[in-house]
Amino acid sequence: MTEKPKWGLVIDMDRCNGCTACITACSMENNVPYVGEADAGYGRSMPWIRIERYWEGEYPDLIVRFMPIMCQQCGVAPCEPVCPVYATVHSEAEQVNLQIYNRCVGTRYCGNNCPYIVRQFNWFDYAQDMPEPLNWQFNPDVTVRRRGVMEKCTFCIQRIRRAEEQASAQGIALKDGDFEPACAQACPSDAIIFGLLSDPDSQVSHLARNARSQRLLLEELGTEPRVIYLKSERGSRR
Amino acid sequence: MTAETIPLSQAPAKEEDPRDHLLFDPRPREEMNNMVMEAMTSTSKSFWIVVGILAVLVAVLLFGAWGYMIYKGMGVAGIRRPTYWGMFIANFVFWIGISHSGTFVSAILRVFKAEFRRPLTRSAELMTAFGLAAAGLYPLIHLGRVWVAYWMIPYPNARLLWPNFRSPLTWDLIAITTYLLSSLMYVYLPLIPDVAMTRDHTRGWRYKLYRLMALGWRGTETEWHRLRTAIQIFAFAIIPVMFSVHTIVSWDFAVTKTPGWHSTIFGPFFIAGAIYSGVAAVTMILFLLRSTMVHMKYFIREEHFDALGKLVLVFSFAWSYFYFTEYLLAWYGGDLSDQYVWYALTRGPYAWLWYTMLTFNIVIPWLTLWNRKVRRTPWLMFAIGLVINLGMYIERYLIVPAMISRNRFPFTWDDYYPRIELVISVGSLCLFMLLYVLATRLIPLIPVWEVQEGQMAHTMRRIGKTEVPSVSEVE
Repeated sequence: MTEKPKWGLVIDMDRCNGCTACITACSMENNVPYVGEADAGYGRSMPWIRIERYWEGEYPDLIVRFMPIMCQQCGVAPCEPVCPVYATVHSEAEQVNLQIYNRCVGTRYCGNNCPYIVRQFNWFDYAQDMPEPLNWQFNPDVTVRRRGVMEKCTFCIQRIRRAEEQASAQGIALKDGDFEPACAQACPSDAIIFGLLSDPDSQVSHLARNARSQRLLLEELGTEPRVIYLKSERGSRR
Repeated sequence: MTAETIPLSQAPAKEEDPRDHLLFDPRPREEMNNMVMEAMTSTSKSFWIVVGILAVLVAVLLFGAWGYMIYKGMGVAGIRRPTYWGMFIANFVFWIGISHSGTFVSAILRVFKAEFRRPLTRSAELMTAFGLAAAGLYPLIHLGRVWVAYWMIPYPNARLLWPNFRSPLTWDLIAITTYLLSSLMYVYLPLIPDVAMTRDHTRGWRYKLYRLMALGWRGTETEWHRLRTAIQIFAFAIIPVMFSVHTIVSWDFAVTKTPGWHSTIFGPFFIAGAIYSGVAAVTMILFLLRSTMVHMKYFIREEHFDALGKLVLVFSFAWSYFYFTEYLLAWYGGDLSDQYVWYALTRGPYAWLWYTMLTFNIVIPWLTLWNRKVRRTPWLMFAIGLVINLGMYIERYLIVPAMISRNRFPFTWDDYYPRIELVISVGSLCLFMLLYVLATRLIPLIPVWEVQEGQMAHTMRRIGKTEVPSVSEVE
């Protein structure tokens, strides 16, 4: 294990069935608010993961592919240099890209410069306006965002931190599989696998060497993403 | 009768009498001073009605709607993912463009000694100042949390954090502040002899104001020498500032990875567009001043519309060249993400805007402005200026929200429709007009000393039996 752990996700597109459990789990874990029907219809729902659907062929000869897209935790993130107030920064310790909500002034420049369109903006005080018992579900480990700030997937930084603290309290090194982000935990078909890319023996590293380990999204832009997609061979096998 | 037989004395009248030119049509100094004074101090009832309406519109449409948006959240605007920037930023680019006219008309024409600039430098410089006032509001209006906007200013603070100097928005802040301060100084310097003149012609509160503004100007040789030196330094120094400002504004877009925005040509392309819309806006302002203020027809003549019309035509060519280079080559290159943008503009939901823009910015100016008669008809120049500014506004609209509504993930595409942006945009237009209307009655709109200086340099000299116009070097 190198000094700086490099976390990564592997997404197996053969296994993803588009159930959206990851979106729900992520929203619960990270206090992502529900924006209501009207705003969601206007394109203002703010899940940190979206599942893109690709339809090939005509019914009934239909091949449907699903592709979950979340923040790719770029090694060279386009969102970072454009922020005038350092609200979107690279965490040196965890090697992930984080959003500091209380620094954000809401220029939304990072959202424009993100080639993956995974950054979300708080158009209104959705979380504040959440009706009574629903607000009891908020995760106390995660900031409840107010209006006017950007947010995005953090690889469940609160879980990374807790696992690190537990490991250091026990005096042992943090190892692969000690914890999972909410999306990977919730995925019923194990299409989302989380782990240490810097550890060559980890499950994600094995999967990354898989023959289907096709590519990084928009790799040609030089963003060095940390999410590896295993290509779907459904359909091509027939 | 054939052409050869016409004797010289009966030759058709020359194209124009030199005396049609302001600089060959001198009037006594005191008369001209009084004309400018009268234009500045006479206010009719309808003037105050216009001021009142504009003030109410600014209060309601601009500050009222903005306050409502701050109170409710950015969601009352029409922007949505992936179009995180909408009309606010288009307005910002538009007003920055308008503000380029002042520097261009005043500084560049001064440096190149274009004599026609003399009566209209100040009206153009005021456009710079007030255009920047309107433009400067938009980076604030579009912020999600405007109440912490000062975090973008570099100052020692409890957070121990400087702004990010790698961010184009920080460059913007610095460039625009520099441009605003330097253009305000640049308006002020040539104003000093004129406010000294108005100081000597007024009493009451105006006298106190102008005495303060004139900085004790007496008109000695030393003062003139220093003033000329200062103006000369500023005229040269402000030109690179102007270039840097719009280049940096264009880099807000060009440094991103966004298809349609990422382009090396955006700097000069935006500058050409800015000067294009700015000079067209000067013709509009001149027409309005000429038709609403007394004595303005003496100072602002057809020759000025003619000269500005030529400039507008030249910048129309320049802008079209850049536009052609930018988008034709993107189309030819065939990069898929650029193609998405290209399709959205040419046959997608923005096609009607795109073709309107090409008509307004290329077809109409090219078909009309080559004609001397058209250029010398002020109301037509006003109409063409309006059309060009509408076209240039559409151009900015297409560059900002239309292009980011297309990206490399078709799943996320969403078109942009403005909501409260429309109200706030009208409000900021009213703010610009209100500031300008008030300024016309507060400071002399015609740089009298520059006109008089020009008239002294331009004389009719007798050579043999004919009088010929002659110009002597002043500076």
